[in-house]
Amino acid sequence: MTTHSSTTEVSKEPERSEDRKGIDEITILWISEGMSCDGDTVSLTAADQPSIEDLVLGLIPGLPKVNLVNKVLSPSLGGEDFLAPYRAAVRDELGPFILVIEGSIPNQNIIEGDGYWTSFGNDPETGEPQTLNWWIDQLAPKAWAVVAAGTCATFGGIHAMSGNPTGCMGLADYLGWDYTSQAGLPIVNVPGCPIQPENFMETLIWVLYHAAGSAPPPPLDHMLRPQWLFGKTVHEGCDRGSYYEQANFAADYNSPKCLVKTGCWGPVVNCNVPKRGWMAGIGGCPNVGGICIGCTMPGFPDAFMPFMDEPPGSTLSSLVIKPYGAVVRRLRGMTNELVNHEPRWRHNKRKLTSGYDPHWRA
Amino acid sequence: MTTTEARPTDRKPPQLVDMSWDPITRIIGNLGIYTKIDFANREVVECHSTSSLFRGYSVFMKGKDPRDAGFITSRICGICGDNHTTCSDYAQQMAYGVKPPPLAEHIVNLGEAAEYMFDHTIFQDNLVFVDFCEAMVKATNPGVLARAERTEAPRGEIHGYRTIADIMKAFNPFEGEVYKEALKVSRVTREMFCLMEGRHVHPSTLYPGGVGTMPQPTVFTDYLSRLMRVIDFVKKAVAMNDDVFDFFYEALPGYEEVGRRRTLLGCWGAFQDPKVVDYRYETMNTWGKAMYVTPGIIVDGELVTNNLVDINLGLRIMLGSSYYEDWVNEQPFVTHDPLGNPIDMRHPWNQTTVPVPQKRDFDDKYSWVMSPRWFDQRTGDHLALDTGGGPLARLWSTALSGLVDTPYIKATGHSVRISLPKGDSLPETTLEWRIPQWSNTIERDRARPYFVAYAAAMALQFLEEAMGMVRAGETKVFENYEVPDEAIGCGFHEAVRGVLSHHLVIKDKKIANYHPYPPTPWNASPRDKFGTPGPYEDAVQGQPIFEENGPDDFKGVDIMRTVRSFDPCLPCGVHMYVGKGKTLTTLHSPTYGANHG
Repeated sequence: MTTHSSTTEVSKEPERSEDRKGIDEITILWISEGMSCDGDTVSLTAADQPSIEDLVLGLIPGLPKVNLVNKVLSPSLGGEDFLAPYRAAVRDELGPFILVIEGSIPNQNIIEGDGYWTSFGNDPETGEPQTLNWWIDQLAPKAWAVVAAGTCATFGGIHAMSGNPTGCMGLADYLGWDYTSQAGLPIVNVPGCPIQPENFMETLIWVLYHAAGSAPPPPLDHMLRPQWLFGKTVHEGCDRGSYYEQANFAADYNSPKCLVKTGCWGPVVNCNVPKRGWMAGIGGCPNVGGICIGCTMPGFPDAFMPFMDEPPGSTLSSLVIKPYGAVVRRLRGMTNELVNHEPRWRHNKRKLTSGYDPHWRA
Repeated sequence: MTTTEARPTDRKPPQLVDMSWDPITRIIGNLGIYTKIDFANREVVECHSTSSLFRGYSVFMKGKDPRDAGFITSRICGICGDNHTTCSDYAQQMAYGVKPPPLAEHIVNLGEAAEYMFDHTIFQDNLVFVDFCEAMVKATNPGVLARAERTEAPRGEIHGYRTIADIMKAFNPFEGEVYKEALKVSRVTREMFCLMEGRHVHPSTLYPGGVGTMPQPTVFTDYLSRLMRVIDFVKKAVAMNDDVFDFFYEALPGYEEVGRRRTLLGCWGAFQDPKVVDYRYETMNTWGKAMYVTPGIIVDGELVTNNLVDINLGLRIMLGSSYYEDWVNEQPFVTHDPLGNPIDMRHPWNQTTVPVPQKRDFDDKYSWVMSPRWFDQRTGDHLALDTGGGPLARLWSTALSGLVDTPYIKATGHSVRISLPKGDSLPETTLEWRIPQWSNTIERDRARPYFVAYAAAMALQFLEEAMGMVRAGETKVFENYEVPDEAIGCGFHEAVRGVLSHHLVIKDKKIANYHPYPPTPWNASPRDKFGTPGPYEDAVQGQPIFEENGPDDFKGVDIMRTVRSFDPCLPCGVHMYVGKGKTLTTLHSPTYGANHG
């Protein structure tokens, strides 16, 4: 947990005092009907600190009562029964809610005539599918807060790569980067393909503390990402970073050394996964032998492809560090050799040679 | 006739009601089920399945570096993305002519075993079983719940619950003991997964040519200790499932008809044997049969073939109810396979995706799922194979072939025996899954916990072999290669919910054509040009209704159980709904009264 308590330019404290009163019950309306794989919902169920059931069962002190509405986890049978809270929110009858969007937002404007890229339920009047875009247009202005879960929803992600037929984008591209919610918050972006489970939960919990009136808005950077999670690079938290410093690079994936020559983009990617691991500190990317492909970044995936080739920028930097690294590695090797010896007085001969003197005075 | 024959009944004048569920909850992705229900005769007379998402993977992958395919295709699915990466790497290894070192195969096998354990557990206990939990049964079949309260659970000494109703209560969402424990177990198994493949659900350490996972002893120690922590949970899950499902047959005579369809199962095989596999197409039948889950196509209970080459040659992507222009007049990419067999224009290698947006019309075009079929040369039929949700086809195919014989798994020709070691509260246990009488909803669901046990047992063997290699110093995990100018490749694997194939064509070192065929297009496909419905439609159509509620407070739990038994995962069924839909005179959409979760 960070000690940051500053707010950023984009997260303004609400002007009106009535907005600052704590909320004691809030609904999370989760829509994964963006162009998604539902991987962010699945990742959410992997979080253990805290877990989704802790949140739903009210086991975290100081939070409002949370009603989670999510298609994958919903006990309902589906259809209108499941959609009821979303419909109530459209009619302004739900009370405060946090809108979570998962998946890329398609561009409806490129379709000529009637058509939908992705939809969520049907229009009760016509029986036609109701587009995701319609739901966002209806719900975003009414939402107490809006959270974008995963790189698809934050920046467009995989489905927005070059050559895509749907013209899709991230939620802030769709709503505008200057959007503010009912609580005066900007969109809260939690990128990752998928979200790192704890990164998302921690951000959500912060927003909920803010809803309860016991915390300021979460500090976000210029891309609306939580600062304490995305303020450092992969490389800065990577187990293998020290190999880089010694100019010790893996030539292929059989090596425990720095992967920058085999496609890792870690030095320039904002992400805390090597530091935090994937689950319970286990796994990750370059720290466990997987190249960083920049999946948390606005430029993902095109800026990082072909993934398995050396990033163009690292050619120079790894060349520059070579002489320094070679010297340092050598010197460390010598010192390492030295400290790998025990001192001479540890022996089982008949004479004590440790320098012990019972009458010694300073 | 490739569909399930109609069931004879003494018919009353029909009382037809349109009923739809859209979106369907507790699955992955967007799915809508549209039915006509005859309440006079208490059966479903018509069913269409549709979905409303188009992303276009095969479109935007063209022209990209083929080595990126595994990273990209993982993003097709958010619960089994690693199955795609694995399958893509298999296809690329064939195209590049590279065989990963043996230890890399076992690291992938261990990752996939953990994925099966995780995915089946969370799906069965936290999504499927809500349909069988106390709150749901109370709202749909109060009479059955009353009986469950009086019925002692036969396997109580294993799982610790006295009555069937006690088991049902343990599955109440967010409150029941087993529901909550399953979420925790699904995290432990995902930690096992992350040890091998880096992250869940889109792996970081899998590459064409091997893995980047560091094969230190610690990785295997950490995996083993977690596996042993959940081994008793697996044994209990099998016992609880068997108790509940046996009770359903007993409490509701005729329940075997729910979701029953003709036995038309496909399995593409899983878990490579590193001693045999070389990824060459020419030897694919040999290494396919050496897989630790045996591939196979089963028609009416008979094994038609377990040769991957035959399976590959029979693949046909049909149109009929899907919004695409046909590609038969395009130039084929592949005219013959490497063995000289002719390749059909409808084969995934030759497919071109040309979307034609149009109205949804259930009498004409109504889905963006195409209709994958398997051409049966013996009869000339295009079979609408299903995967039985994954486990049913895998166990059935493995049992019939009788090839798998390991310290922990024995395929007998009519069953599969699975031995699990002693855990902290239960002794060493041998489970036997026997080929069932029907391919129906209950048997699809029953097979799932057995396959969790199967994956756990295989993981023990992979661990022993992998640790043996590490101790012997055979720690190479990646083999280098050059991407050829031109090549073709295919990968066959089992995604969690069933058959998965990737077909790849490389020209000028770039992807010229790439078509993944995951299980859900097979299961969720619409009627093809012959009018043959897809498996969901076929299984729901004609099924009896056992729910005690009438049309006014109908919930459709029997229908939902059938759809969920296939483990739908719609992101894989890439398709889109376009145009003005036919207005359905839905009397009402079902509601779930119990105020739960």
